[in-house]
Amino acid sequence: MNTPLVAVAIGFVTVCATIAVLTREPVRQAVVLAAMGLGLSVLFAVLQAPDVALSQLAVGTALTPLLILLTVRKVSRRSTAGSRPGAGGADRDDGTGR
Amino acid sequence: MSARARLLMFAAAAIVIGVFYGVASAETPSFGRASHPYGDRAVAASLAHRTANVVSSVNFDIRAFDTLGEESILFGTVLGATLLLRLARDERRRPAASERVLPTTRLFGVIWLPVALVVGVYIVAHGQLSPGGGFQGGVVLATALHLGYIAADYRVLEKVRPLAVLDVADSLAAGAFTAMGLAGLAAAGAFLKNVLPLGTFNEITSGGTVPLLNAAVGVEVASGVIVLLAHFLDQAVEITGNDEPEEAR
Amino acid sequence: MGPWPYLAAGWILLVALYGLVTSRNLIHAIGCLAVAQSSTYVLLLSVGYRRGGTAPVFSDLRPGSRPVVDPVVQALALTDVVVGATVTALLLALTIQLRKRHGTVDPQALTGLRG
Repeated sequence: MNTPLVAVAIGFVTVCATIAVLTREPVRQAVVLAAMGLGLSVLFAVLQAPDVALSQLAVGTALTPLLILLTVRKVSRRSTAGSRPGAGGADRDDGTGR
Repeated sequence: MSARARLLMFAAAAIVIGVFYGVASAETPSFGRASHPYGDRAVAASLAHRTANVVSSVNFDIRAFDTLGEESILFGTVLGATLLLRLARDERRRPAASERVLPTTRLFGVIWLPVALVVGVYIVAHGQLSPGGGFQGGVVLATALHLGYIAADYRVLEKVRPLAVLDVADSLAAGAFTAMGLAGLAAAGAFLKNVLPLGTFNEITSGGTVPLLNAAVGVEVASGVIVLLAHFLDQAVEITGNDEPEEAR
Repeated sequence: MGPWPYLAAGWILLVALYGLVTSRNLIHAIGCLAVAQSSTYVLLLSVGYRRGGTAPVFSDLRPGSRPVVDPVVQALALTDVVVGATVTALLLALTIQLRKRHGTVDPQALTGLRG
């Protein structure tokens, strides 16, 4: 009775993992990772591992995507406002050369 | 190395890994088989120590030394992230402004924040009985606290998380795990030996040292994750470098 | 189901490695690393599954009345889920530092060490 559920959950997780890797944009990837975390916790629950499902639910759907989103916000703040010439790879020299 | 050469190298490695992994999978005992010698022995050992949740027993009794290692990794990463994300010389901290919140959102936070905190404590405290334990409960506690950010604003969150206290709590909890291990060494001659009275099966006091180690890990995970998130939030919300434009608020 | 769960775990690992190799953004690469980590959980829990077994928790189950799945692999996966997330946080913190000091998060633009 449990086996079809396991098959569906593994299929979902595999597809999510593939999409997550092919999504090159970190913000969208964080959303896919959250969906994958949810799928993983369902998979762990049907594999009779409630302990692991619980921690995957808290970590995979909330913590990891949140950390990625915060990092994206911090990292992209300079480049989105950076309409200065040479904003990109080599613009640190004016900051560190003081 | 060019991107193309790198991809070719990956393809070669992936084929080798794939073939060997596929062969190994075919030879591995099949999915859902009935014989699990290690699992059966772990269940017997856990029941002998009157711990109802076998997973907690494996983590905090049978393989407690392994968990000490995992917990040290956690402590090390929190320490490392704290060092990396400290305020640099060319950065300054701009206090977050207070923000208006919808009354319904505030109500949501006020109702669910205490509920979530109680659930977190429950999960840590009942780790030896029902699914849960220090690792899961700690994460629940840490994320629950951030309902305060959703319900109010960043300044409220900063008030409800005393970072200096949490830093100390993190270290003390990491030390407490080792101290309990040393207590086992002194009392019974083996590091992390379960020396406390085992209690009654299926009571909250059962399992000897398991609930105590659970509590130590719970405190460590909760304070560690709160500290981690605090540094990331500070970076994203408050800290700006000198060459960063001021954001319009 | 034969070896399919194991093969699914292998696929997740390989596709995540592909993402790591071709990544042009360190944050994306760290996301791929998280995917690679989860492949180990899928493999471990699949190995420990027992058909018709229930969770290894005896608070509402008389010991010996039903077969249970393997608790050892669950314990291994459980600790790693949480510890893996904090390691992800450390890597993201390194990325933030890198962005501050070198102005880029593209691993292919980091040609050499600069002071």
